[in-house]
Amino acid sequence: MSEHRTPPPVSTMLMRGLFEENPIFRLALSLCPAVAVTTAVKNGLMLGVAVLVVQVLSSMSGSLVKHIINPKIRIPVFTLLIAIWVSAMDMILAAYFADVYQQVGLYVKLIVAFAIIISRMELFSMKHSVVPCFWDGLGMGLGFLVGLVLAGAFRELLGSGSIFGIAVLPFKPLLLVVLPAGGFFTIGLIMALFNWVDIKRGHKLPAGGGGAHG
Amino acid sequence: MSDESDKPANPLHLHLSSGPHIFSGRSTAQIMWMVNLSLLPALLWAWAVFGWAVLAITLSSILGCVIAEYAVCRIAKTASTIADGSAVCSGLLLAYTLPPGMPIWMPFIGGMLALIFTKGIFGGLGYNIFNVALVGRAMMMATFPVEMTTRWLTPALGKADAVSAATFLGQIKLGGQEALTKMLAALPDGGQLWFEFFLGMRAGSIGEVSVLMILLGAAFLLWKGIIKLYIPLSILVGVALMAPFSPAPAIYMLSGGLWLGAFFMATDYVTSPTQPRGQIIFGLGIGLLTGIIRNWGGYPEGICYAIMLMNILTPALNDWFRPKRLTAGGAPS
Repeated sequence: MSEHRTPPPVSTMLMRGLFEENPIFRLALSLCPAVAVTTAVKNGLMLGVAVLVVQVLSSMSGSLVKHIINPKIRIPVFTLLIAIWVSAMDMILAAYFADVYQQVGLYVKLIVAFAIIISRMELFSMKHSVVPCFWDGLGMGLGFLVGLVLAGAFRELLGSGSIFGIAVLPFKPLLLVVLPAGGFFTIGLIMALFNWVDIKRGHKLPAGGGGAHG
Repeated sequence: MSDESDKPANPLHLHLSSGPHIFSGRSTAQIMWMVNLSLLPALLWAWAVFGWAVLAITLSSILGCVIAEYAVCRIAKTASTIADGSAVCSGLLLAYTLPPGMPIWMPFIGGMLALIFTKGIFGGLGYNIFNVALVGRAMMMATFPVEMTTRWLTPALGKADAVSAATFLGQIKLGGQEALTKMLAALPDGGQLWFEFFLGMRAGSIGEVSVLMILLGAAFLLWKGIIKLYIPLSILVGVALMAPFSPAPAIYMLSGGLWLGAFFMATDYVTSPTQPRGQIIFGLGIGLLTGIIRNWGGYPEGICYAIMLMNILTPALNDWFRPKRLTAGGAPS
């Protein structure tokens, strides 16, 4: 079991999840739910919040238990930890936000299998104490949340002509944008935007980010 | 050569370069404008039978494509490629696949989407994997499903009033044999139906209705050597193999966008195989898929999706049927 590393500054940990290693637009993780739920802002927001909470709690609890588990079984243990928080989140959402839950409930349960969550536990929680894990989880979760809300807003505005269900567009919306194909176009466009901003800031094109694959 | 010095070893000053050495003397722009020219008869026919709206739709689609091409060139900071005629060609072909009663602003959006997402993103002319016009049509089918499938007009020479109509393949898809019998009975002379279809007196998309006009344009391209018959003929053979499953095989062969697709879309240089054997398999695949979609699929006409599906296979077909390189002894290397 390795000693704790010195955590990076809080701002770095937050911004990393939002921009440099944004789970959706930089690491291209969890694209299936990202395409499936972003047909409306509300759906994206709900799944985003669920992922944010699960990510923060999983990262922190992973950091807490890492000294008492055998490293060989850390992946099943981490998965169980994630499953605990996902189950709790699932029940809360089902109880208090029944209407949105009808549409995204399936993907809330799927959070257990989101690669971003277990990859943060592997990459970050294993090496850091609880407080930095909170910030790292918050950054990653916010990155996911912002990504889903961005994609959801774009698709709901152009595809249904509304935002949060309120009609705003004066012309006939482009149905294609809310279809799955439009979801991929949207994610691709926002990815391009991220890369463009990165190039403008003088960076080279990303080569996969923080080693999180799968 | 033993002497490797700087001075030219060849006293004859022969120009040495790698192949290909045979040039047709034509530029991309010349070819594209000839294709555009060959598309005009079909447009004239559509204007004659469907009225002025057809020209407005075509112009809207071309404008969408050209403006998008210009914008893509500006964003990519490359020289503008509007003048090469390829964007105009995409716009023309996209308009030809649209119903003549379509709202005029829709082709503009469709043209822009097609050009940006099929060509712009992939790096411009020569790098697109799909036919630009067909992606435009597919996107418009997904975006405006009602307008794309209901705005058909009855063709009328010399009359300006537009009467809404149904297409033959659409009727067959919905009503089968009974619908066909009803359609035949409504005609004054049932025996001449195939001729009316050949001439273009039928409901359908702007550029597809007149097989005769399409053949006129295609003959020009064949004469100029711009297209070869491998792809169109094998597509027609493929569809003909599927025609017996239809209640009216002759009309089946003359319906839908088959001829337009076979001569003008499947033969697109960028997205079709380069070798004759590959082209024949490509064409047969398109023909069979078209028939399968028409007979058993959810859409009345399948040529659009059939061509796009086979476009995907083009790189593989090019790879499988790569021409053998000849060495000095004539043996393949």
